[in-house]
Amino acid sequence: MEFTSPVDVRVALPKGRFLGPTSAMLQSSGVSFDDYSPGTRHYRIRSSAYEYLSAKILQERDISIHVSTGNYDLGICGIDWVRELKARYPTAALVEISPLDYREGAVFLAASAHSNLRSLDALAASSGTVRIASEYPNLATRLAAELRLRRFRIYPVWGAAEAYPPESADLVLIWARNERDLMSQGLMPLKRLFDVEAVLVGNRESLSQKDLSEVLLCVSGHFRLGGVQPRGVRSPEGGQISAEPLTPWQSRDIRLALPDGHQKTPAVELLERAGLHVPGYAGRTVERRLLGDQKWLAVKVIRPQDMPMQVACGHFDLAVTGQDWLMEHQCCFPASPVTELVDLGFGKVRVVAALSQKVPVTSTGELRDYVARGGFRPLRVASEYTNLADKYLRDNHFVCYKVMPTWGASEAFLSDDADVLIDNTQTGKTLVDNGLKIIEVILRSSACLIANADSLNDPSKKGRIEEIAAQLKGAVH
Amino acid sequence: MYNTTGSIMTTEPFLIHQKCRGMRDLLPDDMVRFRRIEDAFRHGCAAFGYEEVKPPTIEYLQLFTALGTLTPSMVGRIYSFLDWDGWTGERVVLRPDSTIPVARLYVEGLAPRVPTRLFYVTNSFVFDETGSRQRERWQCGAEFIGGTPVASDVEMVLLTQDIIARLGFDGMRFQICHAGLLKALIDELGLGADAKQSLVDTVLDGNWSGLTDAVSRISDEKHYLAPLLDLKGGSAGFLSNIRALSSSAGEAFRNALDQFIEVATLLDELECRYEIDITAVRSFEYYTGLCFQLVSVTGEKVGGGGRYDDLVPMMGGPDIAACGFALYMDQLMRLLSEAPYTADCVAVVCEEGSPSIVCRTLSAAKAVRAVGRNAAVGIRRGVEFSGKYRWIIRVTSAEQDMVELIDSETNDRMVCSVVEAVDRVQS
Repeated sequence: MEFTSPVDVRVALPKGRFLGPTSAMLQSSGVSFDDYSPGTRHYRIRSSAYEYLSAKILQERDISIHVSTGNYDLGICGIDWVRELKARYPTAALVEISPLDYREGAVFLAASAHSNLRSLDALAASSGTVRIASEYPNLATRLAAELRLRRFRIYPVWGAAEAYPPESADLVLIWARNERDLMSQGLMPLKRLFDVEAVLVGNRESLSQKDLSEVLLCVSGHFRLGGVQPRGVRSPEGGQISAEPLTPWQSRDIRLALPDGHQKTPAVELLERAGLHVPGYAGRTVERRLLGDQKWLAVKVIRPQDMPMQVACGHFDLAVTGQDWLMEHQCCFPASPVTELVDLGFGKVRVVAALSQKVPVTSTGELRDYVARGGFRPLRVASEYTNLADKYLRDNHFVCYKVMPTWGASEAFLSDDADVLIDNTQTGKTLVDNGLKIIEVILRSSACLIANADSLNDPSKKGRIEEIAAQLKGAVH
Repeated sequence: MYNTTGSIMTTEPFLIHQKCRGMRDLLPDDMVRFRRIEDAFRHGCAAFGYEEVKPPTIEYLQLFTALGTLTPSMVGRIYSFLDWDGWTGERVVLRPDSTIPVARLYVEGLAPRVPTRLFYVTNSFVFDETGSRQRERWQCGAEFIGGTPVASDVEMVLLTQDIIARLGFDGMRFQICHAGLLKALIDELGLGADAKQSLVDTVLDGNWSGLTDAVSRISDEKHYLAPLLDLKGGSAGFLSNIRALSSSAGEAFRNALDQFIEVATLLDELECRYEIDITAVRSFEYYTGLCFQLVSVTGEKVGGGGRYDDLVPMMGGPDIAACGFALYMDQLMRLLSEAPYTADCVAVVCEEGSPSIVCRTLSAAKAVRAVGRNAAVGIRRGVEFSGKYRWIIRVTSAEQDMVELIDSETNDRMVCSVVEAVDRVQS
């Protein structure tokens, strides 16, 4: 076979847990990237050793997707995200070239320490519906089939899966550094599925058509040779399961979800102004399960993205999330029993459609004409809001398009990996800094209090929900 | 895609609308074959007293997982998704199989009516990563719920044979086996729970090498197992031979063998030809007794079925035994000969498009339809009808009542009135 010369080799490199060891590995292999180090603010980087070698720094779960679609020739990410992709898409054009000689943690199946589910045998004997919360919904589905669970439901979450058991999930499929880590979060590991090692992956087409040998040779010194023995759950010496008692939390009537991340600080300020005291929420460390000063208020701290579905399921009566995430949920589930009670005013963002400043298009209509005349076929749209993006495209009569899910820093995907970005922005500066321009504001969003419609109709809850809503409304600037 | 001046660079032609991978369009010739199979199946089922049902395309995922009847790899190939009101996480599926939905339909809408004989023509959806099989599959299926075990097993075989005879297929082979006997055979291996489950899963996924290897390892000790896998019997006598060798076998093995012998003996007496092949069990592990599959002369599996006594009670229905079978329409369609003339249709054509000629052509077609024949009109496109329709009525003049009648089979042509032409095609 005749290979094409490596005019341009594109590599996807990981953020987060594997950034440090991957940076060190690349440096020692002689393919170092100057700006690839912890704390970097760059997305696009070039190798100082090989002119043809460029890289982009992405979330690990994006790496497996974008290498398989051919946006990148090679990538490095955790084996967990490779398996998550392949569990759902076994024919994906993603080749596991070799595991690398560094690893971090493992993927566990765990239950609440307070649960009756203490073993896999107990799980198999369970006749009721088993609820599994996970950032790995595809792996969770496969595991449920392998365990022959008769009735199960998978709750995909953006993060904080450890917060869900036992009230909102029976099990979590979760990454953790070790068993001790899990136990400190009140979880009992039932099964250690696999250790998470870094893996070099490649696009099938790139490997068959491009000469990548120079890069592969450099990195090959760090290929892990030989198999890894699967390990069972190890009980750590001195490891203690968090003894936090559940009963006070579970006995409370009203369950409120509060946000972690960027929305936490303004949410803390709003709660203070409203006189709603939730001890522990304002602290620097994230406590997932909290008790409000009111004797009837139980609080959990989870991701805003996950709140609408959790409220719809009835796992929470109330939640403080963003209107953008509420709309995203309602696009997917139009009859969802989630309703907005109060516009809380903070966290104002615009959800916009943006594209490269080089494209001669200034509006959605012009973009549609541009696509109709032969530009962008098919139109590739990157978004964290896949349902909102789909609705925007349908409503504007785009015929042929692909929506690619992303998990943060979506602007990095334009314009190499996607043509249009649908993302939130506060000022628009980040978009401009990345050479993008806004062509339409799809939605103006701020934080809001949402409620489950059934809870609102429940006489034992209605008064208290209205009380909280009134307090928060009174505190809005 | 674009250059610095903003003009769009052209790319290669892009076909926007294609069918999904693994899906198939049924074109007119396909549909002629499809309807032939469907008609033969309907008439066969009606002759045996079966009633038609149609379960919905979408069912809850837990209908299939709750029974514990699917292997993990089967669950992994189901098309499942969250419905528009799926915020609770309850997944729905495009049905991967029709027997389980029909059993659900029976429990929900008909139980405890017995006996109940049902048939259906449905599609099912199973992901196939090899690209060698369709992901949407059509089948004609029949279920006999609440029948007497051995008699209803044999009825399934007779009904299948009746339908195959109606379709005119020669040389189809019936391979029969017994799911209870296969399960008992695996029990005889004395494996641990995990190893046994793993072996059952590989067998159900169609890989028999693990079982063959396991049997060969203990063949000295249990010499009655190997012949079951190695030999193909043609009568109840073969099973009786195994029975004679298996005096040390467990009770479950011997009981299953006895049931199998009973069915085989009845088939022998009815002069039904079959092959005993213990590997002739397909995919689903809900079968409990006799299983059979139908194999074409080219070796293709074109149908199969079996007894599933536990399915209805496992769904919360009464403790009622049942059995059923399905014919795989996609495979059968490939085996049918060329499509005949299009639906006995008469072509009514004209060579020019003036209003008066068109009017006469449409009137002639109406006259054909009035006597109960189908008529397809061709305005200035008559040539496209040649070879496809036996009878062609050609309208040549707006003024005269005369038309030309062409018999494509004999190439006879005659000029006659519309009334005469209609009489001729009607006869």
